[in-house]
Amino acid sequence: MAPLSDETAPLNDTLALPGDALREGVVQALRDALGEGLLDSLIKPNDDVWVRVSTEAWREAGLVLRDTVGCDHFGFLSAIDWLPSPFGRGEDDPTAPAPERDTEIKQGYTGGSTRMQVFARVTNISKHFGVTIKADVPDHEPAVDSWIPVYAGANWHERECHEMFGIGFNGHPDLRNMYLPMDFEGHPMRKDFPLLARLVKPWPGIADVEPLPGDDAEDGGDA
Amino acid sequence: MTDLADRQKLSYIAAQAADARLNVELETEGMTLNIGPQHPATHGTLRIIVRLDGEQVIWAEPGAGYMHRGYEKLTEVRTFPQVTALVNRIDWLGSFANEVPFILAAEKLMDIEAPPRAQWIRTILFELSRIANISLFLGDLGVQLGAVTPVFMAFRDREHVLNLIESVTGGRFHPNFDRIGGLKDDLPAGFIAETKQVMKKLRNFCDEIENLLFGNEIFQSRLRGIGVIPAEVAKQYGLSGANLRASGVDWDLRRDQQLPLAYDKVDWKVWTHPDGDSFARCWIRLQETREATLIVDQLLDGIPSGPIMAKVPRIIKVPEGEAWVSTENPLGEMGYYVVSKGDLGPFRVKIRSASFNNISIVPWVLRGVYVPDIISILASLYFILGDIDR
Repeated sequence: MAPLSDETAPLNDTLALPGDALREGVVQALRDALGEGLLDSLIKPNDDVWVRVSTEAWREAGLVLRDTVGCDHFGFLSAIDWLPSPFGRGEDDPTAPAPERDTEIKQGYTGGSTRMQVFARVTNISKHFGVTIKADVPDHEPAVDSWIPVYAGANWHERECHEMFGIGFNGHPDLRNMYLPMDFEGHPMRKDFPLLARLVKPWPGIADVEPLPGDDAEDGGDA
Repeated sequence: MTDLADRQKLSYIAAQAADARLNVELETEGMTLNIGPQHPATHGTLRIIVRLDGEQVIWAEPGAGYMHRGYEKLTEVRTFPQVTALVNRIDWLGSFANEVPFILAAEKLMDIEAPPRAQWIRTILFELSRIANISLFLGDLGVQLGAVTPVFMAFRDREHVLNLIESVTGGRFHPNFDRIGGLKDDLPAGFIAETKQVMKKLRNFCDEIENLLFGNEIFQSRLRGIGVIPAEVAKQYGLSGANLRASGVDWDLRRDQQLPLAYDKVDWKVWTHPDGDSFARCWIRLQETREATLIVDQLLDGIPSGPIMAKVPRIIKVPEGEAWVSTENPLGEMGYYVVSKGDLGPFRVKIRSASFNNISIVPWVLRGVYVPDIISILASLYFILGDIDR
């Protein structure tokens, strides 16, 4: 059957994989434009590139990525809370005393100096590569510049981020909650916000799982 | 391709002109219209509030969040293998496709790769989920525009695909079949012959839909030139999948990135359409369903033998690191940003679902359209509620 469109795509011959030289170029372009604003970068060979910019340079970095680097497709924008969860994985016995937990904040790739970071993913469609960009969010006043002037699609992502992490976005016109009631207290995706389902009904544990045949007794049932 | 840019520019100018007309021609009193959350035309619980001037929309705001289940938080108290049971339920019409990017991200962090046979079966199941998902869209599309027959055809033929998925995974909607390092099980006996038959039926279904709907004059006049999204705007909002390709952007993650799946082993094509209107979006999906049946056919012919599971420890600890993997799911780009701290479970999972971005353009695209077009534009953008709210 003849296709209804008068114009169709070329055949599947445009497979071009990004090289590491291209990723070096991305980092260099950001360094040229931002100078001190580019704090750190990480290139995993044949895989991906991460950059971290200062809080002040967040919007500027977005503009550079969009206009100079050519990442015109907006992927997502969100945040990470690097505080280790005080509740572990929600499997504590409520009758026993709370176990000692690590409270040291340790950031991931490209480091960081604050508890929370915003991060985003943008893609260059014509050259087939993406960039993950992060920025620190100040602890005392968690807010960064809004990315709406850069990518219009950041609007909803920033609203979600605002209600889930309590991060403000300067210049965002409408930071209403998307999911939660407006009078909801707390920010559910922060690590110090407990998973309420596990507090109401404690995790039953793994004791009643039968070990698989042939397993050692000590690691049986741990899944 | 200058032609493409011109056409989009013209559509855009037309939309702008419609906008300007709003303020000049009509000076009626505005009215607020609420659609949903429980409205048959919104496929679930999406609420849209529109402000009208006469018959035209001057402002629209979708209200999501009626189905927010907090999967990002829940993943933090699950082990890596347990997460697939959650993410299955994001886009429930194409469940298997939700598992794949997460498993690939975990495998990337562990630096293991599934054996070739597992990769091929994954790709086959991935495309079967796509067919199951989009065939329902093609049927549902008719209902949105007042044609009742196509939806029965869609349910009839989707059933065959669901039976296939069930015969492999044991689950019709939530397979939970993908494992880190491979798959739970091999294909059942007789699967290949059965699938080839079903793929023929599905191609017939596509032809039927094309004859019944796409050539229909009412259908065309309801969709052609309505809800035009230019390529630049589509990219700004992060549209993906058929919605992006319908705006003339030649971008398909199955082709344009290197993943351990079998798409580069078969000969297929990425469909694009220059118009960016509702019709283009529906038409792309029709072509993609047909293309997916051809991909499945070719994969069945060349499926390699061998194990379906790589060597993985029984208790899976994923090394410290961060990984982003996205795939071309039925609804668009679906990706997971997985942060691991070397523990049994992930430290943070950001789920980038396609519908969230696809629907965030609604306030932009509904500006200036007429009331009956609201439903057809929403239908053509195609969203699954679970995929918006997660």
